[in-house]
Amino acid sequence: MISTATSAFINVQGLCKSFGGQVLYQDFDLTLPEGKVISVFGPNGCGKSTLINMMSGLIPIDQGQITVADKPLRRSRIGYVFQNYRDTLFPWMSAFDNIAYPLKVKGMAEKNRHQRVDQLLATFDITLDLRRYPYQFSGGQQQLIAILRAVVADPEVLFLDEPFSALDFEMTLYIREKLQQVHMESNLTTVVVSHDLEDAVYLADQILLLSKRPTHVVEKVQFELPRPRTPDTVSHPEFVRTKGHCLDIFRQEMRQ
Amino acid sequence: MNQKKRQPSPSQNPLAIASKWVPWADKLLPLLGVVILLSFWEIAATSNWVNPVLLPTPVATIAELVIVTFRPENGLFLDFFTTLWRTLLSFAIGAILGVPLGIILGSNERVYRSFEFLIDFFRSTPASALIPMFLLFLGTSDWNKVVIPAFAGFLVIIFNSAYGVMNARQSRILAARVMGASHWDIFKDVLFWESLPQIFIGLRTGISISLVIVIVAEMFIGTDLGLGKRIFETQQILNVKDMYASILTTGVLGYCLNMIFRFVEKQIVHWSGR
Repeated sequence: MISTATSAFINVQGLCKSFGGQVLYQDFDLTLPEGKVISVFGPNGCGKSTLINMMSGLIPIDQGQITVADKPLRRSRIGYVFQNYRDTLFPWMSAFDNIAYPLKVKGMAEKNRHQRVDQLLATFDITLDLRRYPYQFSGGQQQLIAILRAVVADPEVLFLDEPFSALDFEMTLYIREKLQQVHMESNLTTVVVSHDLEDAVYLADQILLLSKRPTHVVEKVQFELPRPRTPDTVSHPEFVRTKGHCLDIFRQEMRQ
Repeated sequence: MNQKKRQPSPSQNPLAIASKWVPWADKLLPLLGVVILLSFWEIAATSNWVNPVLLPTPVATIAELVIVTFRPENGLFLDFFTTLWRTLLSFAIGAILGVPLGIILGSNERVYRSFEFLIDFFRSTPASALIPMFLLFLGTSDWNKVVIPAFAGFLVIIFNSAYGVMNARQSRILAARVMGASHWDIFKDVLFWESLPQIFIGLRTGISISLVIVIVAEMFIGTDLGLGKRIFETQQILNVKDMYASILTTGVLGYCLNMIFRFVEKQIVHWSGR
C-alpha cells in the first residue's frame, strides 16, 4: 500500500509524561509520515530520547495514545538502535546470533535466519566475519551490527537514539552512509535522535525541532534534497540554508 | 628463559641490582616471594631460632612429602583424593541447588526480600560454628563431612546468583524486549548470561569455602582418611615432617582448584571485562 507523505503513519495524541514531578510532555500531539527519515533535534533535557523511547514502547506513558500504522504499539514491529552498542549487543553471542536474534524470537528456522542475514549483508555490501563476538569488532562495526539487528526483522519503524555519539568522526561518516543506504533500499520510516545538527539535517527528510520543557514541536522543517547525499551535500546551498534555519530556531528557543 | 638473549646481563642473577634490567627477569618475579619465604624457613630451621623438632628444613619437608605421598601404607595420596572427592561432591551439591534457587530468588524481588536477611545471616555465620549442630543430626557419618561444606558453599552460591540476576544491566533486557522477546526468551538468552559473571564469583568462592570446611570437618568429626585428619593426627604424635607435608598438600589442592576454576571461568565468561 502506498500512502502519501502527509498521512499520519506514526500518530501521537494527548501524550503526557512526567518524571519525578517534572512535567516533560503535556497534551503532546505529533504525526509523522511513512517512508521518511525524521530527525529529532532540540535542547538538552527536552526529552528527545524519551520521546522515541515512548514511541517504541520502551518506557510507559502516563496518558495519551500512540499508534503506528493505525495499530497500537504492542502490535507493531519496531527496530531500535541504542546509543551505546556496548551495553546493548549480547557479548555472549556471536555477531551472527546477535543480528539474527529478532528472527530467532519470532520462531524462524535457523536455515532461513542464515539466508536472511546473508541477504542483508549482500544488500549493504558488508563483509564481516560474523562468527566473531561483538567485542572483537571496532566501535563502528559494532554499531553497524546493532543497526543490522534492528532492521533484520523487517520493522515498520526504525528508531535510532543518538547512534553516532559513541563513535569517532570517521566511523560517524561510515555509519551515516550505511543508514542512508538502508533507507534507500527499504524506504523504512526512520526516526533518529541526534545532538549534532549536521548529522540531523544530512539524514533527514524532515527535522523535528523541539522546545525546552514542557516540550512541544516548534517547527517541522522539510529538507528535500534528493538522495544519495554525499559529503559534498553539506556545502550545498539548500543544506546550508536549512541548517542555518534550524540553528536560528534553536537559538530562539534557548533564549526563551 | 628467552631464546634470544639480546643483552646478557653482567651477572645472571635476576636479584642483582643490575644497571640493565633484562626483560626475562620480570618473568621470574613471581618466584621471588617463594624464594624469600623458603630462605627464611631454611634459616629459621637451621639456626636454632626455632626448635628443630618443631620445624624441619624445607628440603626435608619436601623430601618427606614425596616419600609419604606414594607410600603404600598410610599414603598421603589416599587422604588427598578423599579430601578432593569430598570437596568436589559438596561443591557440586551446593552449586546444583544454589544456582537455580539463586536465579529464582533474584528474578523475583519480593521473594528475594523475604529471604534476604536469612541468607545474609547464615552467610555471615562461620559455617564451622554449625558443625556441632550438624553432628547432632547426622552423627559422625561420612555423609556429614559432605553436608556441612555443601551447606556453606550453597549459601555463597545462592547469594551471588541472586545478586547477579538482580543487578543485571537493564539495557540488554530492554533491547531484547523491543525485539519482541518473550519473558522466557529474555530469561534464557539475556538475564542468565548477564548474571553469569557474578554466578561464577559465587562458584569460585563456594569451592574455596567447601575445601575449608571439609578440612575443618575432617579434623573435628574424625574420619579414616582426609588431609584434615592427617594434619591433626600427625601433629598429635609430633610427626612434624608429615604434618608440614600435609599442610603443603592442602595448599597445593586449594591453589589448583582455584586455577582450574579461573581457567574454566575464562572459557565460559569469555566476554568478561571487554
